Amino acid sequence: MLLIQCPYCGPRPELEFAYAGQAHVARPADPSATTPDQWTEFLYLRNNTRGIHAERWRHVRGCARFFNALRDTTTDHFLATYRAGEPMPVLPMGQKP
Amino acid sequence: MRKFSGWTLLKEAFGGQQGWTPQWRRVAPQPEYDAIIIGGGGHGLAAAYYLASEHGITRTAVLEKGWIGGGNTGRNTTIIRSNYLFDESAALYDHALKLWEGLSQVLNYNVMFSPRGVMMLAHTVHDVQVAKRHIHANRGNGVDNEWLSPEEAKAYCPPLNIERNIRYPVLGAALQRRGGTARHDAVAWGYARAADALGVDIIENCEVTGLVRDGSGAMEAVQTSRGLIRCRRVGVSAAGNTSVVLGLAGVRLPLESFPLQALVSEPVKPVVPCVVMSGSIHAYISQSDKGELVIGAGTDAYTSYTQRGALHVNSHTLSAVCELFPAFRRMRMLRNWGGIVDVTPDRSPIIARTPVPGLYVNCGWGTGGFKATPGSGHLLAWTMARDEPHPINAPFTIERFRDGHLIDEAAAAAVAH
Repeated sequence: MLLIQCPYCGPRPELEFAYAGQAHVARPADPSATTPDQWTEFLYLRNNTRGIHAERWRHVRGCARFFNALRDTTTDHFLATYRAGEPMPVLPMGQKP
Repeated sequence: MRKFSGWTLLKEAFGGQQGWTPQWRRVAPQPEYDAIIIGGGGHGLAAAYYLASEHGITRTAVLEKGWIGGGNTGRNTTIIRSNYLFDESAALYDHALKLWEGLSQVLNYNVMFSPRGVMMLAHTVHDVQVAKRHIHANRGNGVDNEWLSPEEAKAYCPPLNIERNIRYPVLGAALQRRGGTARHDAVAWGYARAADALGVDIIENCEVTGLVRDGSGAMEAVQTSRGLIRCRRVGVSAAGNTSVVLGLAGVRLPLESFPLQALVSEPVKPVVPCVVMSGSIHAYISQSDKGELVIGAGTDAYTSYTQRGALHVNSHTLSAVCELFPAFRRMRMLRNWGGIVDVTPDRSPIIARTPVPGLYVNCGWGTGGFKATPGSGHLLAWTMARDEPHPINAPFTIERFRDGHLIDEAAAAAVAH
């Protein structure tokens, strides 16, 4: 089981959290001007990164708030967590998602 | 290829089992092939076999970064069934099931296909309604499926607990008698042996590191850890790593890769005569011919490539199994493991051309790819050989997500996703 650092509550066990998919997927600003290919990108296409993945989690059985995390999907090691709306943190080794 | 029969077994038995030889060649890659399959699991090996046997494309190579059958082919719970709700899915999975029925004879290799019946339990009124809808839809599509009362379910599977005083009582079950199990390793080995006999090169420890395209954008070559291999027809059958491989050609897919876990118990005498599944409480169980109970859990919540998952997912499944089968409460579990499954948004697979000419993909099987092994290989081979889909896999495109023609088995497959 993962130990996840909620940026509001501190470290908590994985059971308190819900995974919420890839982070920083922005909804198209002007829906009526959005093409089917752009909708496909927004709705369905995902990076599915093998390596450092920026993703959303929700502390659903705690503070209930969404936040973002950087996690290495080859080790499940969390590199950083940060609040929604904050920019993606710069990692000490310079790794990028 | 040495033809196997009861006689060869007997002869080897008297010879002290000293006469067995490797069943496929160990070869180095040639500089060029007519077709390459990336991924040496059951699906990829089946595709190579059908390319050679049905389409005459024998200058084919299977590239596998590890050893054949070491990925999800060796990590699943070997359940075979075709009781899917929608017409497209029923046609796809029943195509595979019909190939399973004659596979041992076709390959001359015992894949131990055992149609012992797959029973899916209903625990709530909603479950009962969904199961009956499935049964009627299946029968309309020519796929066998029948409704059992709790007493009939217990008669079919005696250790099942049908007491009404448990948290999720059994209100009935849907039974597909043609469903069952097969031996996972034998499937990979049988296809490898038969494909090799037709001239297919099976190249292990050969990781694909690049997909090379020509000036028009079409496939030209595959860069591997064992050198550049020229080929204008490449099929990718890489399960959880499909996004990574197709990313080498700049193709983005509607896939996310999750860990899926399974576990086996200590071996015991025959006790579970069929496959029992419960979508509602996330458990499925069967018994291998060695006697181990083979138990499948659900996926972990997050995307990962680690081939392992968390223990709480297994313990959730085991608590359900213990309630359904109280006799198993004191059994010990011997091993558990994880595989990485690639899941599409509608939980249906993709067997299709990609936007890159000459590049084809077979992916998105999610938690249920083993059952489709012969069918998916057969259809990927057809699609690669003719550069157009077979009518059965024509609906399973990448473009269905853009065009809104989803095959939404997400809720319908009745398995723990």
